[in-house]
Amino acid sequence: MLDFPRWKVAGIWLILIALVSLSIPTFVPEEVTKSWGIHLPRVNKGLDLAGGSYLLLEADTNDVAATRVEAMREQVQTEMRRQNPRIEIGDISSRNGQLSFMLRDPSQVDAARERLLSITGTGAGMTGQRQWDIQVVDTSRFVLTPTAAGLAQAVDTAMGDATEVVRRRIDEMGTREPTIVRQGTNRIVVQVPGLQNPQALKDLLGKTAKLEFKLVDTTADPQALARGQAPAGDQILPYPNNPSGVPFIAVRRSAILTGDMLSDARQEFEPQTNAPQVSITFDSQGGRRFARTTQENVGKPFAIILDNSVISAPNINEPIMGGRAAINGGFTVESANQLAIALRSGKLPIALKVVEESTVGPDLGADSIRAGILASAVAVALVVAFMLITYGRFGFYANLAVVINVFVILGVMALLNGTLTLPGIAGFVLTIGTAVDANVLINERIREERRRGRNIVQSVELGYKEASRTIFEANVTHAISGIIMFVLGSGPVKGFAVVLLIGIATSVFTAVTFTRMLVAGWLRRAKPKTINI
Amino acid sequence: MKLLKLVPDDTNFDFVRLRGWAFGLTLLLSVLAVGLTVYKGLNFGVDFEGGLMIEERFAASPDLDRVRAVVDAQGVGEASLQQFGDPRTITIRLPVQQGGDEGATNAAVRKVEAALSQQFPGAEFRRYSTVSGKVSGELIRNGVLAVVLAIIGIGLFAIFRFEWQFGVSTIVAIVHDLLMTLGFFALTQFEFDLNIVAAVLTIIGYSINDKIVIDDRIRENMRRYRKMEMREIVNLSVNETLPRTVMTSVTILLALFALLFLGGHVLRGFTAAMVLGIVVGTYSSIYVSSSLLISLGLRAEPEADDKPKRGGGMGDAERVAPRA
Repeated sequence: MLDFPRWKVAGIWLILIALVSLSIPTFVPEEVTKSWGIHLPRVNKGLDLAGGSYLLLEADTNDVAATRVEAMREQVQTEMRRQNPRIEIGDISSRNGQLSFMLRDPSQVDAARERLLSITGTGAGMTGQRQWDIQVVDTSRFVLTPTAAGLAQAVDTAMGDATEVVRRRIDEMGTREPTIVRQGTNRIVVQVPGLQNPQALKDLLGKTAKLEFKLVDTTADPQALARGQAPAGDQILPYPNNPSGVPFIAVRRSAILTGDMLSDARQEFEPQTNAPQVSITFDSQGGRRFARTTQENVGKPFAIILDNSVISAPNINEPIMGGRAAINGGFTVESANQLAIALRSGKLPIALKVVEESTVGPDLGADSIRAGILASAVAVALVVAFMLITYGRFGFYANLAVVINVFVILGVMALLNGTLTLPGIAGFVLTIGTAVDANVLINERIREERRRGRNIVQSVELGYKEASRTIFEANVTHAISGIIMFVLGSGPVKGFAVVLLIGIATSVFTAVTFTRMLVAGWLRRAKPKTINI
Repeated sequence: MKLLKLVPDDTNFDFVRLRGWAFGLTLLLSVLAVGLTVYKGLNFGVDFEGGLMIEERFAASPDLDRVRAVVDAQGVGEASLQQFGDPRTITIRLPVQQGGDEGATNAAVRKVEAALSQQFPGAEFRRYSTVSGKVSGELIRNGVLAVVLAIIGIGLFAIFRFEWQFGVSTIVAIVHDLLMTLGFFALTQFEFDLNIVAAVLTIIGYSINDKIVIDDRIRENMRRYRKMEMREIVNLSVNETLPRTVMTSVTILLALFALLFLGGHVLRGFTAAMVLGIVVGTYSSIYVSSSLLISLGLRAEPEADDKPKRGGGMGDAERVAPRA
């Protein structure tokens, strides 16, 4: 056991030097490492140390179901109309998460089913499961229900897209190095270091930014509207800034244009009044559609709808051919800018709500780092002194191992792109304590074997051998609790578990293998007659 | 150089003799801890309770009643104030805001902050966090699940590596440690938050570590001295590992005290829990798990031994030595 061939010694030193040098960039200010022109892995500071905001966003999955049914409604309507022969349908409604409609001519059931299958998919998709259940009741009524598998997949896609949109919006705000991660089925974690007032961010993320242009139905009977009855093919939407004072308006259900046909959106000032507005540019398809519709509807009003609420309903004075339009409606510079960002980054496929939030001021973060570093330094100093007066030379080797271990842990964390949090620092301090335990076990065992009258080499050898088994068992149990913390824990618990787990793995190497090599080297060189332990 | 020895060589304390008393004491303390936890309850942090926490630092140590009056005047619900370490720093806890959405919570934070900085010049905001009721429920569930899984996982490991008696005694000892920690938090009313769950899991890890070391020695001695009475084996093993037990506890406590006094107030509850856990865990290694092994009827069975034969009184160790 005390036999260390030269290649092994070289290997151990090489590994340690490599890992320790990985920790170096972490101590150098980021601007400096950037100026070297290469990307070096470093340990990032958690929000509790750097200061900043943490938001946990949650999506309402019922919302996805509703949107999905709504979208299917439009698809069904177009599909039935588009092909020859045209299938007349009526009494279409989307309620309770289901879509149902009647066929005017019951003999077309089979043809209708055929077309439905072509748009709902026969079982394609990634999972091969059906996305919709199609039922026929009373010979001519179709009921479409999204399946659980289809919904789950839709939620998954929506969350993936939403994460992207959130990322784009935060990037647009110009905040530096945000972390945006999906968590579980319907959550997104957002961490923005250095952000002190997350209000603007929350406003921005709270907007789905679903933009639609729809024609206003001027023929609708105002009294029926007031009772909440919309003519067929219409919907009633809130219109808080209606100049006429009526807080709602009837618009055609099918949209002329939607927000995904935009190519750009900017905050600008209206040339005459100098009021802030958002100017939008359509992509080629959107531009053509807008031109055609405005041509056909000169003199009629259309509604600009954001998140199911009408912002304004201007009249079409002349055909708008340039593919550009402006949205006015009582904006401030800030809110216009925010809307422009939201429109540029695309609409959120799913509404998000903040369910957990925390913000740490920069002073507290700095104080915490100072306190953490001071505590760690004092802890190391105390432990080192104590080991030295207890075990002499063997204590010195253990100390060397502990100090190297601190840098090795940092190196491994940098390699894994880890984040150091305040609980992480506590994990460090604790790792120092437990890493020393391995050496205590070994050294006490050597003492014992010496007392039993064994010679030096035998004692050291047995000390390492017998203690190693105990150390292994102790570390396995420790790792079990560490893994559980890592898997189930959130936030602080996870940060602590990461350091603990890395520390368990590296301390076995430094406290056992590395010190054994040092002790073996000394025994071979010095051939001591007695050892002081 | 004369080296320090905290524990003299070859101690021979009769730990086992006291075990009747120890069981009584342990039982009493456990009942007390459960009683306290049920009766006084734990002071859950915002993570578990849901709600709003604002930490504010004042220019000088403020009058708590005045702060409370200012916060209460904002109509954001009943505030509970806490001073932690530094007398200038105060955390203000508020219930989940009416309406429950972000707008209400935000408005409350802004209102409180504005009022405080107006009434107390120089007051600065340090941090705040809000947790909705739904998320806090999940956090509790995950925390409890983590602790239970850790206990089960480690117990299973002990059963596989050793005999079933070791598994059972270890689990009993850990439950004991857990109850003591809960009792401590109920008694002191320190805030019990997510950090404390991490502390509890670490205490479990440390405590097991301690027990494994002793169990390991008991197993070794059972093989070495087959004719010896179980209580003597336990006594011998605890005595033999005593220097290590003391050394390790002292080193970890040294590190923890550094953290407790210098590590800042955010970690104070965490460190306090850890210090307690080290003391309780060390106690339970000797007086709960090891002593329980005797009561559970663990003994060396020379005749029904299916393990490889080892030479008489000679241990595992002796056989290997000549290979050096």
